[in-house]
Amino acid sequence: MSAATTDAIPVAITQPLRSPGYWAGVFKRFKRDKVAVGAGLVVLAIILMAVFADYIAPADPTRSSMLRRLRPIGTPGYPLGADELGRDMLSRLIHGARLSLFMGVVPVFIAFAVGSVIGVSAGFFGGKYNTVTMRTVDIFYAFPSVLLAIALSGALGAGVFNSLLSLTIVFIPPIARIAESVTTQVRSMDYVEAARASGAGPGTIIRVHVLGNVLGPIFVYATSLISVSMILASGLSFLGLGTKPPTPEWGLMLNTLRTAIYVQPWVAALPGAAIFITSISFNLLSDGLRSAMDVKG
Amino acid sequence: MLTYLAKRILYVLPVALGVSVFCFLLVHIAPGDPLTSVLPPDASQQMQDELRKIYGFDRPLPVQFGLWLWKAVQGDLGTSIATGRPVAAEVWRAVGNTLLIACLATVIGFVLGCFFGFVAGYFRGSFLDKFASMLAVLGVSVPHYWLGMVLVIVFSVQLGWLPPGGAGPGGSAAWKWDWEHVSHMILPAVTMSVIPMGIISRTVRALVADILNQEFVPALRAKGLMDFGVFRHVVKNAAPTALAVMGLQLGYLLGGSILIETVFSWPGTGFLLGNAIFQRDLPLLQGTILVLAMFFVGLNVLVDIVQGLLDPRVRRR
Repeated sequence: MSAATTDAIPVAITQPLRSPGYWAGVFKRFKRDKVAVGAGLVVLAIILMAVFADYIAPADPTRSSMLRRLRPIGTPGYPLGADELGRDMLSRLIHGARLSLFMGVVPVFIAFAVGSVIGVSAGFFGGKYNTVTMRTVDIFYAFPSVLLAIALSGALGAGVFNSLLSLTIVFIPPIARIAESVTTQVRSMDYVEAARASGAGPGTIIRVHVLGNVLGPIFVYATSLISVSMILASGLSFLGLGTKPPTPEWGLMLNTLRTAIYVQPWVAALPGAAIFITSISFNLLSDGLRSAMDVKG
Repeated sequence: MLTYLAKRILYVLPVALGVSVFCFLLVHIAPGDPLTSVLPPDASQQMQDELRKIYGFDRPLPVQFGLWLWKAVQGDLGTSIATGRPVAAEVWRAVGNTLLIACLATVIGFVLGCFFGFVAGYFRGSFLDKFASMLAVLGVSVPHYWLGMVLVIVFSVQLGWLPPGGAGPGGSAAWKWDWEHVSHMILPAVTMSVIPMGIISRTVRALVADILNQEFVPALRAKGLMDFGVFRHVVKNAAPTALAVMGLQLGYLLGGSILIETVFSWPGTGFLLGNAIFQRDLPLLQGTILVLAMFFVGLNVLVDIVQGLLDPRVRRR
């Protein structure tokens, strides 16, 4: 009897059952979600379009022609029509993806980094530090996001950098809040207590035990903000607070074409459609990530 | 309930103070001397010093803040640079118009959102659920200013059914509840209602699905309640949260109406903000933001209180 059991043990050890790992599972679940994969492909296509705009665009997005102003969709040489200065809409939309995408993604990423640091540290250290930090965050949270973005941009003045800055400030508080609440939950887990009992310092605990469990949910939340950021950034440009003409940017294009709705309504609506497609793709992608990573809330 | 009330109010006071500090600083984070926006470009040094004294810019910041806050509490928000009229009067007139449209939009969004969310949550996994979920995603992803433009293109330019913008004959001063005026509200309100519709239907769907999973639902059915009876219980459980979300959405609409008001030239606070930005009228910008943010803070407290009244579980938190 005893000989048999001692024989069995080494066999079990030499053939360990390796679990496929968390990320493999996430990837498998994500692949099964057709909507999310489709949205991901659209996002990828838009990113590629922005990166290779110089090679894809059929014409120069800034070359205007007074003779060919406001041509309808399908005009020879102007597949998506021409804008109010006779510039090729298709080329402008392709080039516009650069700045629009940049303005949508970059503020969220900076806010993700800054907000995580604020939220995780507040959640982990707790006490007075938490109170002071989170009450300060609450002040910014007390503004509707559109209002905060417009207040900051309006005071700072127009420009790409200023709208980037104000959007970043808009997204830090919600991310910090999520980070703080998730960290507070993780901090009271038994394994954190065990790590502390076995002599791990705060740095090690944050790096090994907290970040690994906290960054996923925060990241998923941050991706859901990208579509908001795209809409807000284009909205700021729409109000004349973003980039300056003749730079192609979807929000600004929508603004300058606003007066053209009586002449070429569907050409005027195109830049907004581009914002819409991008924002909905990011939203569906984020929803897919959320269920694939099994994040609650 | 009283302790809950006191706690909420005590909590909100520092936030309100912080919000006013932020609004005060808006003028000071603006690049350049805050005076440059008031002064003609060829002003003499003496004139500059005089104006600096009048506006109080020569004193230390905390003193300036104290004076500004004291005036603001009494309803004096300074003078608009562009028009020379008091900011408070301008904001007051505009707030009414924005409230009108935002309330209408919230009601539309709430009714439709509850309907879609309820159907989706009740028939989870069905075709109706997928349809309602898709609508919700569309609602939160659409750039509403663009939707406004598209609605104008369809209903004003192509069909000619509704006016493309403005507040009707005589502007907002001659407002009456007749078709000529109300027709101007329809497109902006419908455009605005899309976001709350999406968010409320998402919330209600999750709530209903969650409530139907709880043990008391089979218990009710076992007791012999028919679908309508169960429905009543679900509504009772979902209502406080749904109402809270609705209140917050109204606040978001008040603050976020600027883009839609710009598209439709609706004479509300958003339109005022647009003008303030365009003319770099900082006192007007500051005053409008302060009023809107305070509305939002107040609304938040009100929502909490109503939720506490409706749902005793909230009070114990």
